[in-house]
Amino acid sequence: MSLLTIIYAGLFYAATVILVGGLAYRIYEYRKTPAPLNIPTTPAPITPVGAKLRVWREVLVFESLFKSNKWIWLFGFMFHFALALVLMRHLRYFTNPVWEWVVLVQPFGMYAGFAMVAGLLGLWGRRLFVERIRYISTPSDHLILLLLIGIGASGLGMKFVAHTDIVDVKSFFLGLMSFNIHPLPADPALLVHLTLVAVLMIIFPISKLLHAPGVFFSPTRNMADNPRDKRHLAPWAAELEK
Amino acid sequence: MAHVKPYVADAQVQASVNYPGELVEDWHDKAISRMGELLGKYRSLRVFMDACVHCGACTDKCHYFIGTADPKNMPVARQELMRSVYRRYFTLPGKLVPGLVGAKDLTKEVLDDWFSYFHQCSECRRCSVFCPYGIDTAEVTMAAREILNTVGYGMKYTNQILAKVQKIGNNLGLPGPALEDTLSGLEEDIEMDTGVSVKMPIDVQGAEVLLVTPSADFFSEPHVESLIGYAKVFHQAGISWTLSSHASEAGNFGLFNGNYEQMRNIAMRIRQAALDLGVKRIIVGECGHAWRVAYAFWNTLTGIGAGGDDPFSIQLQKQLDPRYRQPMHICEFTHDLIKRGALNLDKEANDHRIVTYHDSCNVARASRMGDMPGGQFIIPREIIKAVANNFVDMPMDTIGERTFCCGGGGGVLTDDLLEVRVKGALPRMEALNQVKENNKVNFMATICAICKAQFTKVLPFYGFDMSMVGGVHQLVSDAIQLGTKE
Repeated sequence: MSLLTIIYAGLFYAATVILVGGLAYRIYEYRKTPAPLNIPTTPAPITPVGAKLRVWREVLVFESLFKSNKWIWLFGFMFHFALALVLMRHLRYFTNPVWEWVVLVQPFGMYAGFAMVAGLLGLWGRRLFVERIRYISTPSDHLILLLLIGIGASGLGMKFVAHTDIVDVKSFFLGLMSFNIHPLPADPALLVHLTLVAVLMIIFPISKLLHAPGVFFSPTRNMADNPRDKRHLAPWAAELEK
Repeated sequence: MAHVKPYVADAQVQASVNYPGELVEDWHDKAISRMGELLGKYRSLRVFMDACVHCGACTDKCHYFIGTADPKNMPVARQELMRSVYRRYFTLPGKLVPGLVGAKDLTKEVLDDWFSYFHQCSECRRCSVFCPYGIDTAEVTMAAREILNTVGYGMKYTNQILAKVQKIGNNLGLPGPALEDTLSGLEEDIEMDTGVSVKMPIDVQGAEVLLVTPSADFFSEPHVESLIGYAKVFHQAGISWTLSSHASEAGNFGLFNGNYEQMRNIAMRIRQAALDLGVKRIIVGECGHAWRVAYAFWNTLTGIGAGGDDPFSIQLQKQLDPRYRQPMHICEFTHDLIKRGALNLDKEANDHRIVTYHDSCNVARASRMGDMPGGQFIIPREIIKAVANNFVDMPMDTIGERTFCCGGGGGVLTDDLLEVRVKGALPRMEALNQVKENNKVNFMATICAICKAQFTKVLPFYGFDMSMVGGVHQLVSDAIQLGTKE
């Protein structure tokens, strides 16, 4: 087995542990931190089910962002929706036989790559040219966009310009999943693609990418507007009554 | 800019609210440790520190940014004052590569920026409407002010008021006898005006309703006109009511500082008054942040509400009448009476007015009235339309959930910050000017003591007459036909 294969196998095991472990820890932290007061941004749904639906509207169609700014919404939605399709399509490299619905998504997922990169370029353009947004951008904001653009561009390159040996790539990842390591093709575009993906996985739990789990825990969105009918009391606040 | 930084509270003021008298020597470590504690106590702060992606959705939404054009007044930039410090001390990348991720040491300059910019936020929540993660700058501002107070860097105006309300029972520091004098003076005024004897009872044991209203209603113009309106409504409806000298304040500045214990202590005075007087209902007067605390937090803080299953809340809730919302907003109360035909109203009494309505930020975005979401927008407007013939709304993107703060909320209503207040009022003044020009609007009704005080002060800066602003119950007061129903 080549050194390259060993390095990438190790990289992906480590990245997976960091991504899953890191996210699990963050979610544990968010869960255990109490929300002592009822603070939904109103008007808000008055039932817990309604509040759940509100959160899902934020997750699926970016409801509040749509209210705010149609350009950010357009580019942001384009990127995230396309990313979702691309990720679904990539399940083909991790399943054997490939699940039927993944086969159905395949053609959409292929071209979604272009929409994804276009959305990212739109977001980056705003970050560079809209003065307010440039002012609030940190270097890492630019780098994360570049990272994602790099992932998209290298992926599109392999699909539409210089094909990589996809059968070998699949056997590498299926091998990783069963702890039986198969060689990884030494194709530069593939190596760039995989390295950037691993970096993304590693920084996920320690960066602003935490907006993904965060949105589910946002008290202004996930709390029902029912404070006159239900008493909310955090454990530390209940202590004050003793 | 002058008047953009409030006065720092002196040692005496700080001591009266149990904070250090001046910036403590180990302020740096103390501030970081307090931040850590708050991150563990408030899920809002915990999630909001991580979730922001700097997308820019909030950048043009804050009235202070619109008015001052100071980039640090963009909600995300204001949050970033704390978030950059959070990253530096609580996240791995911030510890390893601070420059890359915008992490900053907590220096005295940063702390000074906190003091300045977290007192240029009125905690109005407008930014939170537009944030894809619901990040609410108000939560960050509250935490920052609590940290500042903990290290002895408090704000004079808010802390002075916090001391007064906890010692005397109201923000103005009016003792019981002065209050009784004022009320009997008002009773005389009403009788002279209308020929009808309308009472303003205080500390009446066994009254049906305890009315808790901002203390500005007792003394300030135009606030007092609404107090007269409430009294006339109670009078015509024939419902016995009382004020309380122990709990003569609806406003709760504990909210502004993000100090749960103080907020609770202040609210507990109302619980105590309700228990002592044996009232069946608690109604809250026209006040924005007060209504937020009453509507959304009283049940949690004091058990004023319903659905409690612990001895503390049951003690009070078994005394309160479950047929009514507890607490109830005075507008809900009046609206119910109007719908039942219990009030005799003459709309023509307000015919000299063309009325618009300013949604107060904390009523709009942090509370509700009635049974359905958005009732807080409908009910006050329905009252106005029932007592006045001419009503016009301001442009849609400046009302309802998108309403602009008056510019004086959240503890900013001090003359030290006059320039910030005037500039912060700009978006509302532009909207008002539009309906003034197009529809000849000459009266802006609102249901918040701070809005009323703020507009009275800043309207002249924009060329409006300061008497253009008043309460919804001021309109009710003018329209109600005393002596015809009772």
